[in-house]
Amino acid sequence: MAVQVVVRAAWLVVSLWLASVLVFAVVNILPGDVAAVILGTNATPQALDTLRHQLGLDQPAWLRYVQWLAGMLHGDFGTSVLSHADVGTLILQKLSVSGPLALASAAIAIVVALPLGVLAGTHYRNGLGALISGASLLGIAIPAFWAGLLLVTVFAIGLRLLPAGGFSDWSVDPGAALRSLVLPAVALGLVQAAVLTRYVRSAIIDVQREDFIRTARAKGLSRWQALRRHGFRFAAIPVVTILGVQLTGLLVGAIVIENVFVLPGLGRLLFQSVGNRDLLVVQDLVMLLTAVVLVVNFLVDLTYRLLDPRIRATA
Amino acid sequence: MRGSRLPISLIIGVVLVGLVVLAALVSIVWTPADPAHVDVAARFRGPGSGGALLGTDQLGRDEFSRVMAGARNTLLVGIVTVLIAIGVGVPLGGLAALRRGLVEDATMRAADVLLAFPALLLAIMFASVFNPSTLTAMAAIGIALVPVFARVVRGAGLQIMQQDFITVTRTYGAGTVWTFVRHVLPNVSSVLIVQATVAFAIAILAEAALSYLGLGTPPPTPSWGRMLSESQTLLDQAPLLAFWPGASIALAVLGFNLLGDGLRDLLDPKLIERVPAQG
Repeated sequence: MAVQVVVRAAWLVVSLWLASVLVFAVVNILPGDVAAVILGTNATPQALDTLRHQLGLDQPAWLRYVQWLAGMLHGDFGTSVLSHADVGTLILQKLSVSGPLALASAAIAIVVALPLGVLAGTHYRNGLGALISGASLLGIAIPAFWAGLLLVTVFAIGLRLLPAGGFSDWSVDPGAALRSLVLPAVALGLVQAAVLTRYVRSAIIDVQREDFIRTARAKGLSRWQALRRHGFRFAAIPVVTILGVQLTGLLVGAIVIENVFVLPGLGRLLFQSVGNRDLLVVQDLVMLLTAVVLVVNFLVDLTYRLLDPRIRATA
Repeated sequence: MRGSRLPISLIIGVVLVGLVVLAALVSIVWTPADPAHVDVAARFRGPGSGGALLGTDQLGRDEFSRVMAGARNTLLVGIVTVLIAIGVGVPLGGLAALRRGLVEDATMRAADVLLAFPALLLAIMFASVFNPSTLTAMAAIGIALVPVFARVVRGAGLQIMQQDFITVTRTYGAGTVWTFVRHVLPNVSSVLIVQATVAFAIAILAEAALSYLGLGTPPPTPSWGRMLSESQTLLDQAPLLAFWPGASIALAVLGFNLLGDGLRDLLDPKLIERVPAQG
């Protein structure tokens, strides 16, 4: 087991490094002159040169890559070209919006999907199972931003219960801040719940076909008892694996949903930085999000080994 | 095929996808009205009034015609994206399956890293370097989907390379590329078809999100994602304008997902064996 953890951790480091190369390459080496894009077609050659110098574009790419990487490893994310703000501070600030949003959405997704998925799995041959299954298929097909627009139409414009967008800072009015997160979290959480329900359902269906469940039933346990005593732990393995994939969906969904509800989070920052050609911020944010995905997948991989006694035994 | 019963998901999937394809094809030659025709006097008409089936938008353009024309954009993005993903992913996966060792390790590790990049994130990165367009959106989503196909082809390819008939063809002197094209590809085709329909659905969702953010299809080409973003400021006046494009996206994605599910049930031999076991 210990050896495997070390090997996995080594792969994580290699993956993070490869990801950093990829992010840097897409933003820096692909054709397209950032200075020309920022200044527009009427820029003089001198102005272009000055801006390129300011952006550090006159230095060789490998040097900029090494500086960027070394900075990130020391927690220095650089300075935004446009706002002149420290990117690390900026990201921390925006996390106070994106963090609670992502956590609340994940919580909604899990609270909705686990019972529904188990119900759909144990009733997969009858109408109830089919109904939940159909609803989750429809839910998967609904883009989170459209769900957001529908919720705004009903709860913000129709019933006037919750704000349609915007955000007041936690320190100014915590109640209002919380209220502005309700609709976005529900929109994102429900769509994620639809995906998760599907996976929980098929994990529960699969586990019911296992020999050890049949043995438990033969010993006189009811179907529910057999599932509770032996089945859930086993069914959790594929579900935990999928939670890693879900996180990716959640991060991406948050980027879009923050723009629907004009929430000043990481997604909004990313979108605005793209519009403003603030490439360092884009580069930092994409790297950070990718790193989160890779690290979570690594942790999921470890959890999965802990959950399955057979994998542990062979390790 | 066993028996005469087609999976219900396949039937609904074919119908929904068929509707999208039909709308897209018909819109090339005919729409009820010109989707770009502005008539401010006729704006915000309700469904059915003045001959406009789904009403008109904030500029008086016929909503139904715009939804039809949007289907064209959606299908184009889906097809090009999946072609890019297959065109790059299949040879890479095949290479990994045939040339074991370092080549396999390097290809698969790179695929894992690329898999950590969601399609949308890659597309946003592309949009920050190039000017956003349908083309950059398609390229980014396509590249993001490459690892999915590379992994599927490698996995299935490895299994097939173990089979006796491959050993026989190799004994007769068949080369690596020939073996792959003649024997491995036909055997992974059903998995590829299923994967392609799922990728199509992912591409539709990603492009819609990009166009909604203004990083995808630029005006004046009608696209469902941008129609949604344009409708957002008008939610209090004309909430239905946010309904039609969203419902179109959802039905198209649902159609491709169901088609994938149905094809998997139909083509996957493991699942077919399992059917009698369910009683």
